Amino acid sequence: MSRIDITLTVNGEPRELKVEPRDQLADVLRGPLMLTGTHVGCEHGVCGACTIEIDGAPARSCIAHAGSCDGATIRTIEGFGDDEIMRALREAFTREHALQCGYCTPGMLVVGRDVVRRLPDADEARVREEMSGNLCRCTGYRGIVRAIVSVIVARRHARREGACR
Amino acid sequence: MKPSRFSYKRPASWDDAVKLVLAGARPGAGTQSLGPMLNLRLARPDTIADLRHLPDYAGVSVRGDTVRIGAGTTHAALEDGVVPGRLGQIMASVARRIAYRPVRTRGTIGGSLAHADPAADWVAVLPALGGVAVAFGAAGERRLPLANFVTGIFETALAPGEVLRAVEVPMLRDAARWGHWKFCRKIGEFSKATACLLDVPGARPRAVLAALDGPPMVIDDAAALLADPTGEARRIVAGCPGLSPWRQAIAEAALRHAVQGARA
Ligand SMILES: Cc1cc2nc3c(=O)[nH]c(=O)nc-3n(C[C@H](O)[C@H](O)[C@H](O)COP(=O)(O)OP(=O)(O)OC[C@H]3O[C@@H](n4cnc5c(N)ncnc54)[C@H](O)[C@@H]3O)c2cc1C
Ligand code: FES
Ligand code: FES
Repeated sequence: MSRIDITLTVNGEPRELKVEPRDQLADVLRGPLMLTGTHVGCEHGVCGACTIEIDGAPARSCIAHAGSCDGATIRTIEGFGDDEIMRALREAFTREHALQCGYCTPGMLVVGRDVVRRLPDADEARVREEMSGNLCRCTGYRGIVRAIVSVIVARRHARREGACR
Repeated sequence: MKPSRFSYKRPASWDDAVKLVLAGARPGAGTQSLGPMLNLRLARPDTIADLRHLPDYAGVSVRGDTVRIGAGTTHAALEDGVVPGRLGQIMASVARRIAYRPVRTRGTIGGSLAHADPAADWVAVLPALGGVAVAFGAAGERRLPLANFVTGIFETALAPGEVLRAVEVPMLRDAARWGHWKFCRKIGEFSKATACLLDVPGARPRAVLAALDGPPMVIDDAAALLADPTGEARRIVAGCPGLSPWRQAIAEAALRHAVQGARA
C-alpha cells in the first residue's frame, strides 16, 4: 500500500505531497497542510461542514480522496481573502447572527457563496433548498438564510442600478 | 472513522480499467457513495481503480436521435443542462433534486446506476426514459436495456469484470409529457417512494415505481394508470410484497402525483 505523490494548488500555492491512497482530502488539508478551517463532522457527505472548492466547484472534502484530486486546484475557507462575495457574506453572517459555535460556518460560507454566484435570482425558499445539505446545530438556520438572502438582494439592487445608469 | 488501507490505481484506458477490475479492483467514480462506505468500513477493497481519468468518461454527444451520456457525467453537469432539448430539461429537473450541490459536483450518473441503490434517482428515472446502458468488458462494448439494468438491491446486470461506460437515451420531442414525484423526509435524503411517467404522443406511456426496497418496477404500458390513477395505483401497489401501510400509501401517492405531473 505505497504512498503516492500528488501535486495540489491549495489557496493559490502549489503543494507537493505524499499521501496514502485512503487519505481523504479533508485529512490532508487539516493534517500536513494545517488548514484547520475545514471542519469534519459526519465523514459521509451529509453535514456539509467539510465543504471546500475543488476546481472552482463546491465539494465534500470528506469523501474525495486526495490521490484522486492530483493536479486539482483547491480553495478552503482560508483562501477567499477579499473575494467580494465572501466579504459580503462574512459581514452578513455577523450582522444576522448566522453563527454561534462556528463549526458549520466554513461549509455554510463556501456553499452560500456558490448559491450567490450560481443563482443570482434565488428567493428565500430556494436558498433554504440549496442550503439543506449543511447542518447547523446552533442557530436554527434563520440567521444563515437571512444573511445569504440579504447578499443576493443587495447584489440584485446593485445590478439594477448599474443597468439604469 | 477512516477507511482501511487500499492501493490506488489510475487506469489510462478502458482496457486497463477492465483488467484491473477483473483482477478484483473496485471501480471508483465520484466516490459519493463509495466514500461513505469506505469511511464506515462497509467496503474494504484491496485496490481502487479510479475511472475519473479515462477518455470520454464524462460528456455528452448526440448521434441521430440518441444522446450518449458518459458514465462519468456528473449530476451537476446534468442539472446545468449538458443534455439538449426536452430530454435535457427532464434530466436537469431530476438531477437538481439529487442530494446537494456539493455532492452533485462529483457524483456521476454511471456511479449512481452501477451502485444500484433502490432509492436512487437515476435508478428510478432511466428505465422510464428508455434506452440502453453501454457496458465495457474484455470482449468490448455490450448494450443492455436500461429497463432491467438494475436487477436487485445493489445488484445490476453488469457481468463480473464489466464496467459501465455510458448510457444511451432517446431524445424527446417537445410534446413529451413527464411526471416525477418522490417522497423524502428532508431535502436531499434518499426517497421512500418514487414514481415517474413518460407520455410521448403516439407511443405507449411508460411508468416506473421505485425506492421500495427492491429493483424498480417498470410499467411498460401505463395507459390504465393514466385513465384511472387512483384505482390503478392501488392495484399496482397491492402487487408489491411486504410494504408497511404507510409505504403503500406514499407509493400510491407517488404514482398519482406522477400522473398529475404528466397531465399538467
Ligand atoms: C449526502 C448524500 C446524499 C445523497 N442523496 C442521493 C439522492 O437523494 N439520490 C440519489 O440518487 N443519490 C444520492 N446520493 C448518491 C450520489 O448520487 C452518488 O453520486 C451516486 O450514488 C454514486 O455515484 P459516484 O459517481 O459517486 O460513484 P462511486 O461512489 O464512486 O461508486 C459507487 C459504486 O458504483 C461502482 N461504480 C462507479 N462507477 C462505475 C462504473 N462506471 N462501472 C461500474 N461500476 C461503477 C463503484 O465501484 C461503487 O461500488 C447521495 C450521496 C450523498 C453523499
Ligand atoms: S464531514 Fe463531510 S459532509 Fe460531514
Ligand atoms: S453555529 Fe454551531 S453548528 Fe452552526
